[in-house]
Amino acid sequence: MSHSGAANGTRMSGADIVLECLKRLDVDTVFGYPGGAVLPLYDRLPAHPEIRHILVRHEQGGGHAADGYARASGRLGVAIGTSGPGATNLVTAITNAHMDSVPTLFITGNVMRALIGRDGFQEADITGITMPTVKHNYLVMRAEDIAPAFAEAAYIATTGRKGSVHIDIPKDVFIEQAEFNWPETVSLRGYRVPGAADPAEVQRAAEIIDAAERPVIFAGHGVIQSDSADALRNFAEKGGIPVLNTLLGLGSISPDHALSYGMMGMHGSYWANHTASNADVIIGLGMRMDDRALGRFADMNPTATIVHVDIDPAEHGKNLPTAMPIVGDLAQVLPQLTEAIQSRTHVEWIRWIDGLRNEHRHSMAVPSGTDLTAQFAVSKIAEHAGQEAVFCTGVGQHQMWAAQFMGVSRPRQFITSGGLGTMGFEVPAALGAQVACPDRAVWTICGDGGFQMTFQEIATMVDERLPVKMAIMNNGFLGMVRQWQELFHANNYVAVHMSQPDFVKIAEAYGIHGIRVTEKSQVEDAIREAAEYPGPVILDFQVNAEDNVWPMVPAGAALSETIEGPAQTVAR
Amino acid sequence: MTTATPVPQDAHAPSTKHTLAALVENRPGVLNRVASMFRRRGFNIDSLAVGTTEEEGISRMTIVVEGPPEISDQVQKQLDKLIDVVTVETIREEDAVTRELALIKVSCRPDQRREIIDLIDIFRASVVDVSPTSLIIQLTAAGDTLDALVENLRPYGIREMVRTGRIALARGPRTTGVHQHEPEALRRFHQESGRFPGGDLPYASN
Repeated sequence: MSHSGAANGTRMSGADIVLECLKRLDVDTVFGYPGGAVLPLYDRLPAHPEIRHILVRHEQGGGHAADGYARASGRLGVAIGTSGPGATNLVTAITNAHMDSVPTLFITGNVMRALIGRDGFQEADITGITMPTVKHNYLVMRAEDIAPAFAEAAYIATTGRKGSVHIDIPKDVFIEQAEFNWPETVSLRGYRVPGAADPAEVQRAAEIIDAAERPVIFAGHGVIQSDSADALRNFAEKGGIPVLNTLLGLGSISPDHALSYGMMGMHGSYWANHTASNADVIIGLGMRMDDRALGRFADMNPTATIVHVDIDPAEHGKNLPTAMPIVGDLAQVLPQLTEAIQSRTHVEWIRWIDGLRNEHRHSMAVPSGTDLTAQFAVSKIAEHAGQEAVFCTGVGQHQMWAAQFMGVSRPRQFITSGGLGTMGFEVPAALGAQVACPDRAVWTICGDGGFQMTFQEIATMVDERLPVKMAIMNNGFLGMVRQWQELFHANNYVAVHMSQPDFVKIAEAYGIHGIRVTEKSQVEDAIREAAEYPGPVILDFQVNAEDNVWPMVPAGAALSETIEGPAQTVAR
Repeated sequence: MTTATPVPQDAHAPSTKHTLAALVENRPGVLNRVASMFRRRGFNIDSLAVGTTEEEGISRMTIVVEGPPEISDQVQKQLDKLIDVVTVETIREEDAVTRELALIKVSCRPDQRREIIDLIDIFRASVVDVSPTSLIIQLTAAGDTLDALVENLRPYGIREMVRTGRIALARGPRTTGVHQHEPEALRRFHQESGRFPGGDLPYASN
């Protein structure tokens, strides 16, 4: 691979080595926030114009932006923070990226080496803090170790089960001079990257799948991460196997596909959850058998035979006993499985699922009537923005409605915090996605709570001319918490009602466009107006205050106990 | 463990102890990574013994975990997931030699010495320190033999005791080895990364 950087053997400062490493890694964008410990690094940034530094307004925002950038592009996302509070502000973003297996590299400065362990000003033991929430981390104590650490870190972040890697560098290591030597290869004897599966295991899995009468696929984030959407479709089509998606698996198959039955889980459809519960063979692909997707583990279809393909062997048997675990990269395993299985159909089974869907479609419909609902707003955004757009979300009710009603149909289209469930992800992640995809429309569906956690990044959007459309589903509540208080705490609303600032005035304060939408009839015009505006826009959709997300599997219940609406809750 | 061990275990509780041997890169933070993973995943460490191996830069951790039978598979996989863990194996007690070392300081008047020495001879333990009022007794044996010795010494009054935690090697020629040797420069980076030039940890600087 050609690169614009310095030759091996050149002597330079640790700061220059860091930036040369980023160039060797093909990193052209970093999100960061300067501070004392990274001053020597920032001092050298102008000498490396190949690297675009995006100045965020909070390190958490920078971290989520790197995360959104990585999810939208499939490339390594990089964020920089200074020591102490700069580093601890990154922790949520580091954890978020790691929980969702997003390839990210976090670089922090630390105090001078001689001050480490002496409670220096702005010192935090950040490698100790991030240790349980990263795939791996490094404290680099000499400039000559920077290049091997970066080569390893990027290799670890982007291979196998992807994840976040963190490198901590004391201030004086940025200043220390050393020879820059980019390693030709990375060799880690404690790290293996799974590829193709063992053919004998593939054969055994194929026999299980061929013998199935009611097979189902659970397609997760791994399908998207391994760029295997086409391979998934081929496999499902040959085996005649219906496909359900986890939240993060949305986009691995188009909802228009005949075998696609949508999202399963806590807010999955009635038919998806009952399909999962009635299958005789479950084929989990690149998903980690999460409690939100599966409900109560013990009663998630205990009689089904589970074939579980994952690149991380530790996911096999972690939450559910797995009859046929397969370790491998879906990009290689799916073609192997497709080759090995018989071509067949499951007419009776598909007919049963279709019948269920026809019978229960009403519980996954946009509410009719004249009220302005979030369900209506997000469905219209998807309709107008089209499936080439990128949709981001925060966490809560609006996230579930986006997952249910935006018709996500292609990989890397839907960017949401799944594992950690980080409110405040929506604005900075959309910023990162827009940097990664300058030619796509980026819409982010925001909660009024989450928006207020990180909207300072609007200033970054303005600086960087990123025309993100921020659609706030403003119900004046922490909606999902309120929903739980209504349903499971006898309407005892505690600390969920929030006063709101005037979001249109916030838009004005940042010099961007703001639109308030109070009536259902205004929704489509507002969306059109926002789409046509050349810069960032805040849309304040003042939606129904106390709508609930349906269907719902109560926490701790089984998927087969999916509730479709309020009447059933009362009956419980 | 489902199979019987040569020496009977504690009679009123079925054995739920699993022994794992992990070969790890001997670099700063590795113990923290392992311990942190156990804490985070809720795996209960019964004992942990760490020491050097025949391979430079590699330490061997012998970890005894308590829990249901299926836990050892998860523990092994989660350990293996750590980049600094090179190899990990579950050691089946019936296929392995397992040992612990105990030092036991027991109250002992001069007139009791003969009696205690007769007792510990049965266990092939030895006296490594003597005073007018105490003895230190040393025994290297499998854990349940140590338990039996402790029970027999208890009536005399155990003042202080230390045990090393279990170590284990598989019987026969099979080894839990590191089969990939690192070139010197890489070894230096892996072992000394996180240390000052010269090897000191930052906290021990100046």
